[in-house]
Amino acid sequence: MFQMRDRKMADEIMAKLKSMNLDIKIMHVCGTHQDSLVKHGLIDMLAEVGIDVRQGPGCPVCVTTPEEIEETLALARAGKTIAIFGDMLKVPSESGSLLKTKGEGADVRIVYGINEAVELAEKLDNEVIFIGVGFETTAPATAAILQSQPPENFSVLCCHRTIPEALRILISSGPVKVQGLLEPGHVSVITGSNMYEFLSKDYGIPQAIAGFEPLDVLMGIFMLATQIKNGEARVDNAYTRVVSPEGNTKAQNAMATVFDACDVKWRGFPVLPGTGLKLKPEYAKYDARLKFAEILAPVYEKEYEEPPGCKCGDVLRGEMDPQECPLFAKACTPSSPIGPCMVSFEGGCAIEYKYRRKD
Amino acid sequence: MCLAVPGKIIEIDGNKATVEYGEGVTNKANITLVEVEIGSYVLVHAGFAIKTLEEKDALETIEIWKQVLDAADGGRPSEDAADGGPPDA
Ligand code: SF4
Repeated sequence: MFQMRDRKMADEIMAKLKSMNLDIKIMHVCGTHQDSLVKHGLIDMLAEVGIDVRQGPGCPVCVTTPEEIEETLALARAGKTIAIFGDMLKVPSESGSLLKTKGEGADVRIVYGINEAVELAEKLDNEVIFIGVGFETTAPATAAILQSQPPENFSVLCCHRTIPEALRILISSGPVKVQGLLEPGHVSVITGSNMYEFLSKDYGIPQAIAGFEPLDVLMGIFMLATQIKNGEARVDNAYTRVVSPEGNTKAQNAMATVFDACDVKWRGFPVLPGTGLKLKPEYAKYDARLKFAEILAPVYEKEYEEPPGCKCGDVLRGEMDPQECPLFAKACTPSSPIGPCMVSFEGGCAIEYKYRRKD
Repeated sequence: MCLAVPGKIIEIDGNKATVEYGEGVTNKANITLVEVEIGSYVLVHAGFAIKTLEEKDALETIEIWKQVLDAADGGRPSEDAADGGPPDA
């Protein structure tokens, strides 16, 4: 949506950032921000003016745990129809991947959204299980569908996670010390900008919400840099054309009606209290974990390790750049990925491979 | 997964709407999470409209940003003021 003036305004922002003589570290939690930063070369330009932009756990596929992948595999192997986002398909786990299981005859369908999974359940007699992955952008759709009384043969394996509380843990006890947070534009459409205010108040951390065009990202970072430089801490919004202070209250209400917060592990992190979503008891009949408890029981008897040698955890904590992983572009490529960060379009390793691989 | 796409509602049938994304590309989207009518612009994510968009908000963005940049150091180079006119959006 921005065209002719982009370059001029981008140059102006970069010149101003340069004149600020910065030496700061900031973090974003959004795979799409990482894509924009790397694709347009912003990440290197920003490094030159003293802004180290780290990626955090912002790729929903990447932060799903090996155990959640194993749950999905167990359900597929038990003959259930699995409806899943395409970039979950290749995520490898100890006992295989969904793609491999599909090759062995399991009924695995790629859907673009939960609405397609319900349509599938309406057509099929088989049990259809939607793998509910994603943050606040995706969770309201799951909530709205469950409120609309989908068919009895439909259920959800709920792997949704929420961002603001995870951010609190990240900045209060996370391994990488950052001076500012760039908040994800489309998660914020749902949560609203007010939702982040407690972080600035309680932890003195500057924040800015940004969209995904290169200029959106630069403007958000400029707002952050200005706050850091001036010793301020508040929530700036560089995406006012889409993000309001209160967010989408209809979506928030749908989530509050259907989900309870729960404790959940994120890949690369320990259990993060209150950052997961589980179905409320009223929706138990759609909860795949309850409906298929017997099939899933053996999954929980084991502890699952990260793939050997994979550094996705370090990448997701912002401690390591993908190219520092010894397996990057060697043993691990998008066609034979070892960890989820090389699978998902929003994964740091896949983004790095696509735009910045040094042959 | 968190990227949403803007489009225009051209037909509504209960909870579902047909959304046009330009160049004749259309798709169905669930509209239970928004208040819309035919002609509304929406942001669509994974088959759900998650936000109603206003065209003026997009136009205002550049103006707001200019003010932010101005405020940062108390002035812009004068050549910018000269080329005036509405911003591209
Ligand atoms: S390059 Fe591959 S093995 Fe290394 S961290 Fe990324 S996904 Fe894991």
